[in-house]
Amino acid sequence: MSASVLFDAPGPKAIVRNRVYAVLGTATILGLLAVMIVRLSEKGHLAPEMWDIFNYAGIRQNIADAVLATLKAFGIAAVGSLVLGVLLAVARLSDHKPVRWLATGFIELFRSIPLLITIYAVWVGFLTDYSMWALAVGLSVYNGCVQAEVLRAGVNSVPRGQREAAYALGMSKTQVMATVLMPQAVRAMLPTIISQLVVTLKDTSLGFIILYPELLQTARLIASNTQVNGMYPYVSTIVVIGAIYVAMCMALSAFATWIEKRGRRAKTGIGTAAAAEPAAAGAVLGGEAGQAAGNTVIMGGPGGGDGASGGNGAGGGPGN
Amino acid sequence: MNVLLDYFPEFRDGFIGTVSITAVSTAIALVLGVVIAGFRVSPVPPLRWFGTAWVTLLRNTPLTLLFLVTTFVVPEILFPGMSAFVLGSLALGFYTSSFVCEAVRSGINTVPLGQAEAARSLGMTFSQTLRLIVLPQATRTVLPPMSSILIALTKNSAIAGAFSVTELFGWQKLLSEEGYDIVPIFLWVSLAYLAVTFTISGIFRILERRLEVAR
Repeated sequence: MSASVLFDAPGPKAIVRNRVYAVLGTATILGLLAVMIVRLSEKGHLAPEMWDIFNYAGIRQNIADAVLATLKAFGIAAVGSLVLGVLLAVARLSDHKPVRWLATGFIELFRSIPLLITIYAVWVGFLTDYSMWALAVGLSVYNGCVQAEVLRAGVNSVPRGQREAAYALGMSKTQVMATVLMPQAVRAMLPTIISQLVVTLKDTSLGFIILYPELLQTARLIASNTQVNGMYPYVSTIVVIGAIYVAMCMALSAFATWIEKRGRRAKTGIGTAAAAEPAAAGAVLGGEAGQAAGNTVIMGGPGGGDGASGGNGAGGGPGN
Repeated sequence: MNVLLDYFPEFRDGFIGTVSITAVSTAIALVLGVVIAGFRVSPVPPLRWFGTAWVTLLRNTPLTLLFLVTTFVVPEILFPGMSAFVLGSLALGFYTSSFVCEAVRSGINTVPLGQAEAARSLGMTFSQTLRLIVLPQATRTVLPPMSSILIALTKNSAIAGAFSVTELFGWQKLLSEEGYDIVPIFLWVSLAYLAVTFTISGIFRILERRLEVAR
């Protein structure tokens, strides 16, 4: 259902009423923004000196290093989570019961524990001096479990005939998985996989808590080590670093949506899943995992399609 | 076992803290999420734009950044000295509201077209259509993703522990700084989180069964 179904084409009275609401709504939003800005500038957070610190070469270098550090952790975690995801998905689909149980147990355990708890335990327990690796390992384990579920849903969405035809041609189990099922699963799930990578990128900010010098940690260090007008420039630093984060994540999200639209245009193969985040759907416990993973995809369908065709999404990101 | 018994009062406080910050921010997220979903399908363009901007911005912001914003920026705007618990629930609630909004919106999309058309032909206004006809029917499809969103919220509440809210991550940090072995601590904290998340998914399973209708 597109939004326009919910209300009639406005007549003269309704047009006036909608305009009144529009003006009131805009005024409220602008008013709130104005209050925020006034309050901040009253306290001197918007003074030019506060923003001047970003002209210093040292601080710029710090931020550049931090972006690199964030991307480094993200890169390792992305590769790690994808590799682990494929392994776990294959293990969970295995014909051997012990392997399946182990994989299921691993996935369900780490998906239902907060990522921060895992990262912190890895950091304190094993990699105290290597916070980047602690962060990357924690991220890989958690996101690997999520990616495994995404891939499993993808493999299950490949039509039965594909697998049967491959076996009929005399392919081995490994061949069937590696050359027939996985490629189609990856293609179908690519938007979801990339959306999960956006989540991975966002979660690198947890490095803040284990003191890995990524963007947020650098923001805190900059803000607490610089004094301008007798104050710490927290507001300006958070705004600048926040903008960098949001820009990086939005670029990657846009990529996911682009792939999704491209997949929808294609007439061959199975349909592409919506660029929804399975982690927004979070950990699903126990036996209902498969069902809920299916739900995520189904729920994503109408929303994503609506955003693409109904035009009421206005670039509002993927459905679900 | 020893770890838990030695520090049981702190563990209990942490558990209560996790449950209460989850409950408070769930309330914030549900109310805000439904309202913003209403904005996103409303006939008033600026409200639609606002809803879209809200969702896009919050979905692409790391939660830790939001916690930093609430810790350092929000007290400057409102008034200094707000408690970490209030600020933490604000950050969590706002962050989750964007996901709730998207779930509700795709729930609205699954209600059959004829329902809204019938409501309109009876002369119902937009808010009546949404409130009386569409949202009640959307509830059924929204429940499963909502359960997952709330479980994610529970897990995300761990970050609040790093911003001096008393909850389970704080306990883990405290004990590991006291020099206890991390493995048993990790297991106990995981068990506590599992208890909360299982309760949530149990509640939602009951709700789903209650709302199930034969079609």
